[in-house]
Amino acid sequence: MQIIKDKQIIDDNWSYIADDADLKAGNISVSLARWHQDKAQLLSREGKLGVRIGPADVVDDLAPDLKTIQLIELDFTDFADGRSFSQAWLLRGRHHYSGEIRATGHYMTDQVFYLSRVGVNAFNPEKVEDLPIVLANLNDFTVKYQHSIN
Amino acid sequence: MITSHDYSPERPIKRSSMYQYNDNDQILVDERVAQFRRQTEQFLKGEISEDQYRALRLRNGLYVQIHAPMLRIAGPYGLFNSKQLRKLAHIARTYDKNYCHFTTRQNVQFNWPKLEEVPDILEELASVQMHAIQTSGNCMRNTTSDHLAGVCIDEIEDPRPYCEIIRQWTTLHPEFDYLPRKFKIAVSGALHDRAATQFHDVGLHLVKNDAGETGFKVIVGGGLGRTPVIGQVIKPYLEKKHLLSYLEAILRIYNLFGRRDNKYKARIKILVKESGLDKFFTLVEQEWQLIRDGNELSNERINAMKAHFVEPAYQADAVLDAGFSEQQQENKAFATWVKHNTASHKIPGYHAVFLSLKAPDSPPGDMTDTQLDAVADLADQYSFGEIRSTHRQNLILADVKQAELFALWQQLDGLKLATPNIGTVTDMICCPGLDFCSLANAGSIGVAKEINEALDDMDYIHDIGDLKINMSGCMNGCAHQSVGHIGILGVDKKGTEWYQITLGGSSENKAAIGERLGPAVAKNQVTKAVTTILDVYVKNRLNDESFLDMVNRVGITPFKEQVYANN
Ligand code: SF4
Repeated sequence: MQIIKDKQIIDDNWSYIADDADLKAGNISVSLARWHQDKAQLLSREGKLGVRIGPADVVDDLAPDLKTIQLIELDFTDFADGRSFSQAWLLRGRHHYSGEIRATGHYMTDQVFYLSRVGVNAFNPEKVEDLPIVLANLNDFTVKYQHSIN
Repeated sequence: MITSHDYSPERPIKRSSMYQYNDNDQILVDERVAQFRRQTEQFLKGEISEDQYRALRLRNGLYVQIHAPMLRIAGPYGLFNSKQLRKLAHIARTYDKNYCHFTTRQNVQFNWPKLEEVPDILEELASVQMHAIQTSGNCMRNTTSDHLAGVCIDEIEDPRPYCEIIRQWTTLHPEFDYLPRKFKIAVSGALHDRAATQFHDVGLHLVKNDAGETGFKVIVGGGLGRTPVIGQVIKPYLEKKHLLSYLEAILRIYNLFGRRDNKYKARIKILVKESGLDKFFTLVEQEWQLIRDGNELSNERINAMKAHFVEPAYQADAVLDAGFSEQQQENKAFATWVKHNTASHKIPGYHAVFLSLKAPDSPPGDMTDTQLDAVADLADQYSFGEIRSTHRQNLILADVKQAELFALWQQLDGLKLATPNIGTVTDMICCPGLDFCSLANAGSIGVAKEINEALDDMDYIHDIGDLKINMSGCMNGCAHQSVGHIGILGVDKKGTEWYQITLGGSSENKAAIGERLGPAVAKNQVTKAVTTILDVYVKNRLNDESFLDMVNRVGITPFKEQVYANN
């Protein structure tokens, strides 16, 4: 599977491990609940770590751990739920998180410009055909009226 | 010395006192048109879902209504220039059925555009510095303000520069475009609140502190619609430099904590109510403390914005004209119009002129292409080329010399825009209702017409004086019935149209939500109920007591007794 990261199409070398599945080698991401539950085990294995957060999760809960997390996935259950936009802003603007923030799930390709402005730098599109669309839409606007992350 | 206020005849190019787009502003609206054109093409090809396109089109002002789409265009805090009005006329002619509709939020609506032509309409609008960005959808909407901003006699400070600063900040804000629900900001700079700041998600009131500096009183959590709520003061005095950081804090808290499980409980008013003002204040304050420093609005920015709203070239001798009082003595109809349809102006010899869009036989707020073109010409001739829209769906030419009022009145009269009923019982606010709106329970335009026909005696109307009737076709309350002195709300009873009447609402300084008179009345009884209410008032008022004052003094009982006397 390919994704977009930093405006490039790249191969994705991460896998998400469902809460009821066994951990595996390589770069993996887990839910926030699992992160809290299995933190020690997760930190003792090889490979990079990511956390997938839903719109209702509180990003401040992750703040102490951000140095050990290389990927945060913002999981959209509904494109209309705009909390993920503030979550991204908080991660970058408040907690100075510098790892990858990736949009995943049911967001719209028409939202990627805004997402990139609040600090999302990677996009896992719902369909592989959307990759070039995401890339193009990241350039929807060349001007802006307000400060944000970008 | 030549200053920026110098308007010598050698400089024939009129300096506008409206905000003028710079290159970036123009690029932004042009890019937005291109984006929406692409989205519409993709939708028509089936490449984006109905659901997704809905969210996108709403953020470009496009609703789908009963007969056709409806397109809502932003009137930034109610300001238009003559060129823009001519463009609206052109759009009405080319893409619609020769008319448009002015709304209670100072916007403009077209009721008959074709979906596939909307990108072209938006492109036309962009060519005259207009757009439909964020005029609907769950995002930050058009910022509204006092329709007499900059010219009224009771102003603390002109709110328009701040409105424009807010307009820009809210436009395409990347973090706050998918809010739990819509979000509306209103700004008032005068003692008399003409912008209903207590009924907005955020209301801003320019006030002076003890040191004589101006800042903002911030009101939060007000709103109309299903659950009308009077906003509460969250910050009695906010320094101007913190305006945007404070708004950002409020919006972030709302975006994160506003309810998303039930659209009827998703407005910020419910969040404020359910968490309590203290808790909400603490959340906002904590957030604000973390972002305020380094985010200040500089004096340079404020002053640069103020420079866009310079006063037009008023003539110092305008007040010396003697013909004006003679004309009023000689012509009673003119005098009546002056009394009701003009407002005092801060510059002696000038008046703000209301153009009544409430002629007896036309739907409230509607204007034809011919009227739009003609008003554009009148604005150029008499009022520095500028036009304003009001919360009560009328227009204003804000800067007319008294010497020219008579000529202007005659021309307005010919255009059916001089009905001398501003602020009276026939100056009704009325939503499109069942005739156009897919959400409506009941008609409103027809009822307004019937009330208008029953009240055909101008002397009687003037005798009743200040009385605001607001009528909405459903609970959404687009016509703000809950703050009408008389509110009329269409409700559905087993498939027939009924109307709930309330009395005593007000959106001004002493904000109040109207009290229900009793059970809803049938459609053919509404006009009778209204005329009965007026009769009770005329018979029972003290001296020059206004309708609202009387309702506040005696309560609803005397009205109720008469209206329901035969039931
Ligand atoms: S009040 Fe109801 S009927 Fe009237 S315009 Fe609004 S949604 Fe439509």
